[in-house]
Amino acid sequence: QLSLFRFTVKRPFSTSHSSVDSKEIKKFQLLAHKWWDEEGEYAALHSMNDIRVPFIRDTLLSMSSNYNLGNPLSGIKILDVGCGGGLLSEPLGRLGASVTGIDPVEDNIRTADQHKSFDPVLAKRIQYKSSSLEEIVEESMETFDVIVASEVVEHVADLEMFIKCCSQVLKPEGSLFITTINKTQLSYVLGIVVAEKIMGIVPEGTHEWEKFVPPEELERLLESNGFSVKTVSGMLYNPLSGSWSWAESTSLNYAVHAVKSGAQAQSHATDTQQHSATAGTAG
Amino acid sequence: RSAASAPPLYDVVVSGGGMVGSAMAAVLGHDIHFHDKKIALLEAGPRKEYDHMPDSYSNRVSSISPGSATLLSSCGAWDHVCSLRLKPFRRMQVWDACSEAMIVFEKDDLDDMGYIVENDVIMSALTKQLDAVADRVEVFYRSKAVGYTWPLPSHSCDISPWVQVELADGRSLQTKLLIGADGHNSMVRKEAEIKNIEHQYDQSAVVATLHLSEATDNNVAWQRFLPTGPIALLPLSDTASSLVWSTSHDHASELVAMDEESFVDSINSAFWSNINHSDFIDTAGAMFRSAISLLRPSGTAVRQLPPSVAKVDPESRAMFPLGMGHATEYVQHRLALIGDAAHRVHPLAGQGVNLGFGDVACLAHHLSAAAFNGSDLGSLKHLLKFETERQRHNVSLIAATDVLKRLYSTTLAPLVLLRTWGLQATNALPPVKVRI
Repeated sequence: QLSLFRFTVKRPFSTSHSSVDSKEIKKFQLLAHKWWDEEGEYAALHSMNDIRVPFIRDTLLSMSSNYNLGNPLSGIKILDVGCGGGLLSEPLGRLGASVTGIDPVEDNIRTADQHKSFDPVLAKRIQYKSSSLEEIVEESMETFDVIVASEVVEHVADLEMFIKCCSQVLKPEGSLFITTINKTQLSYVLGIVVAEKIMGIVPEGTHEWEKFVPPEELERLLESNGFSVKTVSGMLYNPLSGSWSWAESTSLNYAVHAVKSGAQAQSHATDTQQHSATAGTAG
Repeated sequence: RSAASAPPLYDVVVSGGGMVGSAMAAVLGHDIHFHDKKIALLEAGPRKEYDHMPDSYSNRVSSISPGSATLLSSCGAWDHVCSLRLKPFRRMQVWDACSEAMIVFEKDDLDDMGYIVENDVIMSALTKQLDAVADRVEVFYRSKAVGYTWPLPSHSCDISPWVQVELADGRSLQTKLLIGADGHNSMVRKEAEIKNIEHQYDQSAVVATLHLSEATDNNVAWQRFLPTGPIALLPLSDTASSLVWSTSHDHASELVAMDEESFVDSINSAFWSNINHSDFIDTAGAMFRSAISLLRPSGTAVRQLPPSVAKVDPESRAMFPLGMGHATEYVQHRLALIGDAAHRVHPLAGQGVNLGFGDVACLAHHLSAAAFNGSDLGSLKHLLKFETERQRHNVSLIAATDVLKRLYSTTLAPLVLLRTWGLQATNALPPVKVRI
């Protein structure tokens, strides 16, 4: 079946010898004000919340003893890497988490700050900072309970360094959530050729297929850098309905949940539990 | 930012504190995913104290379906209703004044078909449940909204993204989602410029509280279609029933003005008289009935006789005009309409408030899921799901009610025959009856 590609926003990073690619920054400055138009360029990212938020929420709920359904993520400190305009930070904040959102593009941070400012609850729970991941490592060692890197790693120049930095700022046994795109013939045809060149779902030049990351490679890098991969699940975008769903195949988009090993470096049995949304509205 | 001087911000504001609006606020207030949310309910009237139910029945009653009872249960209100007063009924008998055709609704299991409850009882129960969640739901009495300012859908720059609500006393509120439950003349709907398809029927409904000639089980709801409109008797207790008589404006005025004895006579005559029968129709009807009984021996039910009325409660007679209405849209960005603000029907089907409670259940379900997903409550995404579900359900019922109303407003033989056979056929066919 034709599983079509979903629009992803590239997060251009600032100029440094880090995991960032500078020439993409300019592209995204133009689109900085479009983040919050639910029907606009970022529509697919908005609708991705329907599966990625329940994924994060339910995984964390199942791991914690605090089962407070009114405020499921309260007390949890989350780092949203490559937060863009704050599309994922805000729902996580509404669910009770304390969120730090970082993004190298200043205009994105400005947009994100402005959008949250009208809601006093969010304004308090979310802090945004224009920065790359490397730049905050020193001051944030083992600070966060959770890191989310959604639609980021496919833009990163040095993936292993990125993962190492994640490990440094994450508390032991903290969770890392990643969503990204696989590097397959299918993702080239659908993700680049169809989505960018033919249908124009994604602005041309947004992605470089070379940077897409196969799940096997991501798993390998995670496991060899102190993480234990718990879940890998395929994701599918339906452009007709504009909605996302979980899928068997990871050949296009996929999500990963990994846990940083505890201080005693215990090994957890890797179980591939199929994710199931409890109250999801994904349709 | 002007956060300090800005009007207070609520997650949800419900405009209209009638049965449907109050139920909406109460259900959200009791929803676990709304535990840390702020809800406001705006009611133009004063707070009514329902501590003591008067001995006499109120003349405004509703027929509550089992589904509505479930909704009221979910926020703890149904228990209060049961402890106050209500009348379950097991059976509905509906028949035509122009023929012998009749349809009986009955549930095969021993469950109740529905409940006749005074509106004041429902309001009392809901008010109690609102008090129980006062930390989450703020009720503003004597607070009429006089203006609404809508945000631009794609918010940008320094303009507030929330709905602004201006109250008559000069205060303002902001909200992420405004729910319009302000009745068929909804100001919310008008200010949102949502087109409303509406039609005034040339009928008014006369209501009254009646006392029966003799005590009976009184667990049947009766409705007879007269050419001027349907007359219904809804059980309140073993000795009392509520009247809802839809008829022409002139006739309604006469009924309300006439002396009590004449009024009672009119009611009994309406239920018992065969003056509208014609031999032709009676014969045709009888033939059809024999045909059915050959094919389906159990298909024609035994006709029970309605109770006869002895007295009317003084002061209990009232009338109000009838109409139908349907909003072309139920939702917009940060806005949802429920209850009569979205749709208005003729009372002949006894559905009015049940449709509203159905809206509440559906919207609460979607808002609860949205809250658990951390979504912006005013987002069209889940509001559209509510609209689609409810329009699909409501439109066919409203249209059918309208058609029935028109079909039964005539004595023309062909149409009478049509509805006679239709009614008899429907009575004989279990699948159709179940669906109704």
